[in-house]
Amino acid sequence: MITELEMGKGESELELGLGLSLGGGTAAKIGKSGGGGAWGERGRLLTAKDFPSVGSKRAADSASHAGSSPPRSSQVVGWPPIGSHRMNSLVNNQATKSAREEEEAGKKKVKDDEPKDVTKKVNGKVQVGFIKVNMDGVAIGRKVDLNAHSSYENLAQTLEDMFFRTNPGTVGLTSQFTKPLRLLDGSSEFVLTYEDKEGDWMLVGDVPWRMFINSVKRLRVMKTSEANGLGM
Amino acid sequence: MGLRFPPKVLEHILSFIDSNEDRNSVSLVCKSWFETERKTRKRVFVGNCYAVSPAAVTRRFPEMRSLTLKGKPHFADYNLVPDGWGGYAWPWIEAMAAKSSSLEEIRMKRMVVTDECLEKIAASFKDFKVLVLTSCEGFSTDGIAAIAATCRNLRVLELRECIVEDLGGDWLSYFPESSTSLVSLDFSCLDSEVKISDLERLVSRSPNLKSLKLNPAVTLDGLVSLLRCAPQLTELGTGSFAAQLKPEAFSKLSEAFSNCKQLQSLSGLWDVLPEYLPALYSVCPGLTSLNLSYATVRMPDLVELLRRCSKLQKLWVMDLIEDKGLEAVASYCKELRELRVFPSEPDLDATNIPLTEQGLVFVSKGCRKLESVLYFCVQFTNAALFTIARKRPNLKCFRLCVIEPFAPDYKTNEPLDKGFKAIAEGCRDLRRLSVSGLLSDKAFKYIGKHAKKVRMLSIAFAGDSDLMLHHLLSGCQSLKKLEIRDCPFGDTALLEHAAKLETMRSLWMSSCFVSFGACKLLSQKMPRLNVEVIDEHPPESRPESSPVERIYIYRTVAGPRMDTPEFVWTIHKNPENGVSHLAIK
Repeated sequence: MITELEMGKGESELELGLGLSLGGGTAAKIGKSGGGGAWGERGRLLTAKDFPSVGSKRAADSASHAGSSPPRSSQVVGWPPIGSHRMNSLVNNQATKSAREEEEAGKKKVKDDEPKDVTKKVNGKVQVGFIKVNMDGVAIGRKVDLNAHSSYENLAQTLEDMFFRTNPGTVGLTSQFTKPLRLLDGSSEFVLTYEDKEGDWMLVGDVPWRMFINSVKRLRVMKTSEANGLGM
Repeated sequence: MGLRFPPKVLEHILSFIDSNEDRNSVSLVCKSWFETERKTRKRVFVGNCYAVSPAAVTRRFPEMRSLTLKGKPHFADYNLVPDGWGGYAWPWIEAMAAKSSSLEEIRMKRMVVTDECLEKIAASFKDFKVLVLTSCEGFSTDGIAAIAATCRNLRVLELRECIVEDLGGDWLSYFPESSTSLVSLDFSCLDSEVKISDLERLVSRSPNLKSLKLNPAVTLDGLVSLLRCAPQLTELGTGSFAAQLKPEAFSKLSEAFSNCKQLQSLSGLWDVLPEYLPALYSVCPGLTSLNLSYATVRMPDLVELLRRCSKLQKLWVMDLIEDKGLEAVASYCKELRELRVFPSEPDLDATNIPLTEQGLVFVSKGCRKLESVLYFCVQFTNAALFTIARKRPNLKCFRLCVIEPFAPDYKTNEPLDKGFKAIAEGCRDLRRLSVSGLLSDKAFKYIGKHAKKVRMLSIAFAGDSDLMLHHLLSGCQSLKKLEIRDCPFGDTALLEHAAKLETMRSLWMSSCFVSFGACKLLSQKMPRLNVEVIDEHPPESRPESSPVERIYIYRTVAGPRMDTPEFVWTIHKNPENGVSHLAIK
C-alpha cells in the first residue's frame, strides 16, 4: 500500500525521477513523445499523483507545473472512451469546422486558452456560474458553481471538500485538515488563485466577493511555493 | 444404472444446439458426451486468445469450420494498451493450416494480423468463405489482395475499423473475373481510392451480394453507378457524401436509392450535407438500422430523416441530435432496440452541446423495445436514471459515459450512486454495464448486490477505496469481464477475492493503486491465472509497494505466454532470457 510520506520541497525534485508518468514526470503534457516507440503517443496515465483523495503527499508535487497552464481534462489518455477511428474523424471535423468558421464573420469557436464566458447556454437555458478549477498535480479538472456560493469561505470549503476529501480506508492528502480556511489564509501548502478577465493570475481573496465573481474566469489551486510574487 | 444414448442419437440432438454455452454444458456431463460434443462442434469461439493454446483447440475440435478469436483487452480501443502487447494471429493460423484445413470462416477482433497470416489463410483453406477482421492491425492491402485473388469461394470480406497499411486501391482488382460468390464486402476503413470500374464489375457479377460498405474515397457518382449494379443490397455503407451535386446528379442519386427496395441498413454518410439527405427519404420506411454517427448534420435535418424511419431498430447518431431530436425519435421510431449517441466534440471542455439526460429519458419512455444504450453526455442526474430504470426494465446493455469525470448529479450535487442502484435493481436482465460520473463505494455495493446477470462491467474515475472492488468481486455473480481505470483501490480486495478471478475471463486495471508486491503474490497464489503487469518502467526496479501502471489478469489453461514484450512483466519472466519472438510472424 502507498504510505504517506512527509516530504519537504527539496525532496520533491528527487521524487520526480522515480515518478510513474511517461517521458519525465510532467502531469500536464500529454502526447509528448517521452520514450518514443510504443510509448511515444500513449501520453500519461493518471496515477496516484492525480488522485488528491488518496496516495502519498508526493502526489501533489509536480515542480514541472511552474509557469505552465493548468492541465486540461481533455488531455487524459483514452477519455472520453471513443475509438480511434471515430476520434480521428471528430478531429478532422473540428479542423474543417474551424477553417470554415474563421472565414465567417464573428468567430464562434472559443480557443483553448481564451477564458470562457462564465455564462453558457445549455439547451436554451443559461448555465450561469460554473467555472473550471484545476489543481496542481491533478490532470482532471473539476467545475464549481460560483453562484451557489456567497463568500470566499464558502467557496474554499467546497474546494477543500472536492480536492482534499478524506475517506475511510484511504490515505488523505493532508491528514491534519480541520480548519476550513486553510486555502485562504496562506498557512497551507496550497493557495487558491484565479485568472481574471484580463488574463492575469491573482490570489483569491483580495477583492470584494461580488467583484471577484464578476471578473473570475477560472480557478487554480496552486502550490504555495509557486505563488510567490503573484499579482495583487 | 446406466441410461446411455447411442452416440448417433446424441449427435443428432446436438446438431440442433448452436449455442456454445449450451455445448459447453453438454461437454461437462460425462466423458462420452464430451467426446460426442467435441467431434460435432463446428463453430468455435475463443474469447481470449491467450486462454487456451491453438494446438489444444485444433485437437479438441476436429470438425471446426468457423473460428472466432479475440485478442487485446477492450480498453485497447482507447489507447490504453501499448503497441506490441500481443494478440498475434499467426500461431492460430499456423495451427489451423496444419490441422484444420477444412476451416471456412475466421473472425478476429483486436488481433495483430500480418500479411503473412492473410497469405497463409489464402493458401491453406481450400473452401475459405468468411473473413471478418474487427479492430485488427498489422497488415497491408497486399494481404487483402492475396485473399481476394486466391479464395475462390469467398463470400464475406469485412474490415471493420482496422488499421491497415494502405498501399493503394489495387487490391480490389485481384478478385478474379471468375469470382461471383461475394455476399458481403466491407472496406470502409481503407483510405485509398479503388477503381470504380473494377468495383462495378465485381458487384455486377456477384448476384448474391447483400452487403456493401464503401470507403470515404468513393464519390457520390461512384455510389450511383454501384447502386444501379446492385439494387438488391440490404446493407449499404456509403462513401463520402460531400461532393457538390448538380440538380440532375441529385435526382439520379434519389432514383438510385429508390430502386433499392430491400435496403434495411444504412451507414457511412461521411460529411453528408443536409441538402442530400432527401435522396435517402425513399429508403427510410424500410430501414431497420441507421448509422449517422459520422454525419455532422443538425437536429432539424436529422428529425426530417428520422420521422420517416418507423421501422428503425438500431440508431447510431451524434449528440447533434439534441434532446429535441431524441424526443422525435421517441415518437416516430417505436421499434427502436438499440441507441448509441456519440459526442461530436472531442474536447472535454466543450459544454455547449444541447444534449442532456433528458434526451435519453425521452427515448426510454417512448421506445418500449429499447434494450441497448450507449450514451455520451456531459452530465447526468439520479432522477433521470430512476426514470430510465423504471420505464425500461428490459434493458440488456446500459453504457452511460458522463464525459465530465466525477460529475455529480448536477441538480442535487449528490453522487450518482442511487441512480445506478436503480438501474442495477430494476433492469434484471442487464448483461453489460458501464458506469461514470461521481460514484462512491456505495454505488458498487448496490451493483455487486443487484446486477446478477451482468457479465461485463466498465468503470472509470469512481469509488473511494478498496471497498469498491470488494463489493464487485464478492457480488456480481455472472461477472466475466471487469475493466477499471483510474479508481483508488489497492491490494486488499484484489488479493482477498483472488478465487473469483478464475471464474472470470479477464480483469483489467489501469491507474489504480495495486502494488507490484500484490501482483507477485497473486501470481504465486493463482497458477491458473496469467497476471500481467504492463508498465513502462520495469516494476522490479521499484519498491514492491509502488503501484503499477496497468494490470491485465486472465484465466488460462495455456500457461504463461511466450510472446510478451519487454514492458509486460509476468512471474514467469526471466529478464536475462528476454522475450521469445518465436510465436510472432
